[in-house]
Amino acid sequence: MLDSTLLGLTYVSAGIFVAAVAARAVKIARLPVHLRWELYPVAHEKGRASYGGSYLEEVDWWTKPRHASLIGELKVMIPEILLLAGVWEHNRKHWLRSFPFHFGLYLLAGLVGLLLVGGLFTLAGLRISAEGGLLGAAVYHLTYLVGYAGLGLGLLGAAALLATRTFDPNYREYTKKGDYFNLAFFVATLVVALVAQALADPHFAVARAYFARLLTFNSSPADVRLASPGLLSGLEIAMASLLVAYIPLTHMSHFFTKWFMYHDIRWNDEPNLVGGKIEQEVAQALHYPVSWSAPHIRGDGTKTWVDVATADVNREEGK
Amino acid sequence: MKKRVKIEDISRRSSQLSTLAKEDFKPLPPPFDKPEATPDFAPLSPAAREKYEGSLDDTIAVSIPKPKSKEEEERLVAGFLSGLEKLFTKENNWTFLQPLLLSMEHCATCHTCSEACHIYEASGHNPIYRPAYRSEVFRRLYKKYVKSKGKLLQAWRDGEIELNWTTVARLAELAYRCNLCRRCAQTCPIGVDNGLIAHEIRKLFSQELGIAARELHDNGSVLQLKVGSSTGMNSLVVKDNIQFIDEEVSEKTGLSIQTPWDKAGADILLIHNAGEIMAWPMNPGAFAVIFEVAGLSWTMSSEIAGYDSINYGLWYDDAQFARVALKHAQAAKKLGVKKIVLGECGHAHKALTVIADRVLTGDLNIPRESSMVLLESLIASGRIKVDPSRNDFPVTLHDPCNLVRLMGVVEPQRRVLRRIAPRFREMEPHGVHNYCCGGGSGFAIMSGHNFADWRCQIAGRKKVEQILNAFKDELDPSIQKYVCAPCSNCKGQLRDLIAYYDLWEKHSIMYDGLVELIVNCMTDVKPGFIEWEQH
Ligand code: SF4
Ligand code: SF4
Repeated sequence: MLDSTLLGLTYVSAGIFVAAVAARAVKIARLPVHLRWELYPVAHEKGRASYGGSYLEEVDWWTKPRHASLIGELKVMIPEILLLAGVWEHNRKHWLRSFPFHFGLYLLAGLVGLLLVGGLFTLAGLRISAEGGLLGAAVYHLTYLVGYAGLGLGLLGAAALLATRTFDPNYREYTKKGDYFNLAFFVATLVVALVAQALADPHFAVARAYFARLLTFNSSPADVRLASPGLLSGLEIAMASLLVAYIPLTHMSHFFTKWFMYHDIRWNDEPNLVGGKIEQEVAQALHYPVSWSAPHIRGDGTKTWVDVATADVNREEGK
Repeated sequence: MKKRVKIEDISRRSSQLSTLAKEDFKPLPPPFDKPEATPDFAPLSPAAREKYEGSLDDTIAVSIPKPKSKEEEERLVAGFLSGLEKLFTKENNWTFLQPLLLSMEHCATCHTCSEACHIYEASGHNPIYRPAYRSEVFRRLYKKYVKSKGKLLQAWRDGEIELNWTTVARLAELAYRCNLCRRCAQTCPIGVDNGLIAHEIRKLFSQELGIAARELHDNGSVLQLKVGSSTGMNSLVVKDNIQFIDEEVSEKTGLSIQTPWDKAGADILLIHNAGEIMAWPMNPGAFAVIFEVAGLSWTMSSEIAGYDSINYGLWYDDAQFARVALKHAQAAKKLGVKKIVLGECGHAHKALTVIADRVLTGDLNIPRESSMVLLESLIASGRIKVDPSRNDFPVTLHDPCNLVRLMGVVEPQRRVLRRIAPRFREMEPHGVHNYCCGGGSGFAIMSGHNFADWRCQIAGRKKVEQILNAFKDELDPSIQKYVCAPCSNCKGQLRDLIAYYDLWEKHSIMYDGLVELIVNCMTDVKPGFIEWEQH
C-alpha cells in the first residue's frame, strides 16, 4: 500500500513537472510578436560576436546574406548554464553560493538519468555493481559519484543561499517568505536524501530498483520488488517527488524560461522583411484595439494601433 | 549618510525616501578626488517642494503636482491601477509584452546587476538606485493587483507592498532615475531587464495618465509632430538655418557647399537630430562637406519630422513613438529614396532602425543605415582622402548606448578613428560594455528644478571618471583633448558635464562628433575645421 502510494506520488509529480513546463512554454511562445529589443553582444553574429557587433555594421546590410552561428550561441550558452559564467564574472561572492547549488542540481538531474539507465539495465538482467562487468560497473560507480557529489554540492549551496538571505541585509530586504520556504524545502529534502542514502541505501540499489518499478508500473520481477524502500528512503522519495513538482510552479522555472529570454529577446535580431512572416504578425498586432486613456491617445477599445499611429496628434491632445 | 531602504518603504509617507550627500558619492579621480573639489549639489527650492511630489530623493524629474484633496489622490491611484492592468494585455502592449512578462516573473534577486549600474555605483550605492529596487516595487504591485488578485499566500510568496498615492508618485519619479542603458541587463544571468521595466513604468504613466517629463512629451514629441521638430523649427526656419550653415562651412573649407532639399529620387535621405542644427551647426555642415566631396546622391527633407530624427517616444510612449517613426518613413517614401541614413544621434539610430523595424510594414519599410557605416566605407574606399597628421591630438571615443550596446554598431566608427586620429585611445570599459554618459533616456535635455545637478553629479559621474582616466597622462591644460561622441544627446550631456566640472578651463577637454574630426583632416579642405572652444 505504502509502495503504491509512493509510486503514485512520483508519477503525479513527474506529470505536474512536465505539464507545468509545457504550459508555461506554450504560454510564452504564444505571446504576440514584440518589438525588437536585442542586446549586444548577440552570440550568433558570426565573426562579430566577440566584440558585440551586428549585421547593421554592413553598408546596405539588407542586400547582404546574414550569417548566424549556432556554435557561437553554444559557446556562450554552455558556460552560462553549466558554470554560471555571468555570475562568476559580475558577482563572484554570490557565485560561491549559487554555483554549488545549481551545479548540484544538474548533477542530481544526471543522477535521475543514471538511475533510469540503471533501472533499465536491471530489468534487462544486467548486474549493476562494482563487479558487474564493464557497463554495470561504470553505471554503478558513476551513480555513486554523481549522486553524492550532487547531494553534497546542492545542500552546501542551498544552505549557503539560505544563510545569506537570512543574515545579509542586502539580500534579506529582497527575500520573500516564500523564498525562505523554497530554500528550506531544498535544504530539508537534500538533508533527508543524503542521510537516507548514506544510512539506508549507500550504493543506490534501492533507488535503482525504485526506478525499475517506476518504468514497469510496478510489474517488475519479484527480486526487484523485494528491494522496496524503507521508511527513510520512502521519505526521501516523497520529498524529492514533491520538490520536482513544485519547482516549475515558482520563479525557479527560470531554468527553462532563460531559453526564451535569450533567444526571443536578447538575441532576437531578426529583421522585418517585406512580405515576410514578421511583417504578417506585425500587421495583425497593429489591428489590436487600444484602450489607453491618456489625452494624446484616447483609446476607446475600438481604435486600433493603426488609428492611433496615424491620428492627428494635435487634435488628440485637444489643442 | 545613506540609510537602508526596504521595498515596502516606498509606500510609507515620509518627507523623503532617500537623501543624497556629496560625501557618499563615489570619489572621482584626481584632481576631483575630494568632495570639496566638485560643485555642491543644489538643493530643491522650497517652492518646488511645496508644489510638486519630491519625496523620493533630492530632485524632481517629472513634476507631479501634489494632490489637493483625497479625491485627487484616489484618482491617481485608480488611474495607475487601470494602466497597470492594460500594460499586461496583448492588445495594449503587444509591443513589449513578452519581454516584460519574462522580466516580471523571473528575477532571483541575486543582485548581480547592481554593480553594472553607473547610477547605483556613482551614488555610493544608494539603495533606491539599485537596478532591482524599482523593478521589485513594480513586480510586487503587478503580482498583487494584476496577477494574483487576492489569492491566498500571495503576499507570502511575492512580498508586501501597499498601493497609495505616495507609492505611485514615487514610482513615477523613480522611473526617471534610470538611463535605460540596459547595462544591467547584460549581466543578469537569467535575462531580466531592469531597464525595460523602467521603460514600461514610464509608458504606463504616459499612456494611461498623461504623466511624462515635459521635455519629452509637451516640448518633445508633441512639438515635433506639430511643427516638425522638437527644437520648434518649422521647415522654413530649418532651411534658412541650413543655408546659413552651408555658407559658413563653404567659407571654412574653401569648398562650395549646398545642401540639397527635397530632391526626389535621391539615393539617400539624411536625417539629423535637429538639435545639431541649432547647437552644433558644424556637425550637419561637416556631413554636407563629406557627402558632397564623395559625390553622393543625397537630400534632406522638409516634411514634418523629416528633418529631425529624434523620436523621444522611444523612452516613454509607444503611441508617440509610432507616430514619429511613421512620419520619418513617410518623408522617405515621398522622396522615393533608396535608404535613410541617420546622422550622429544614437537614440534616433535605434528608434528608426531597430525598434521601428516592427512598426513599419510594406512600402514604409524603407531601409535604414547608420552614418557610421557609410562614413567608414567612404574613407576606406578612398572617396574621402584624409591626412591624419591634422588630427594630432589626444582623442577618445564615447560609445552611445543606443548605437553600440543596443544596435551592435561598434567597429565602423573605431576603424575611422584608427585611420584619422593617430592619438586615439579607448575609454575603459568601451564598446558594448561602455557606460552611459548619464544623458540617456532623455535626461540630456532635462534640467528642470535641480535635475541637471543630479544628472551631472550622479548619472554622469562615471563618464567623467572614464574621460579623466582616458587622458590621465595628458591632463595638462596645454594639451588640447577631444572626446568624440557621435550622438547629439550624448553631446548635450558632455557639454553640461564639461561645464559642470570645468574640464575645458582646467584641462582643455573638449567634445564633438566624428564628422568634424573627419573634415578636420580631409585633404580637400582648408586646415583648421575644428575650433577649440567651449561650446
Ligand atoms: S535582475 Fe537579474 S541580476 Fe538583477 S537581481 Fe534580478 S536576477 Fe539578479
Ligand atoms: S538600465 Fe542602466 S541606468 Fe537603468 S538600472 Fe540598468 S544600468 Fe542602471
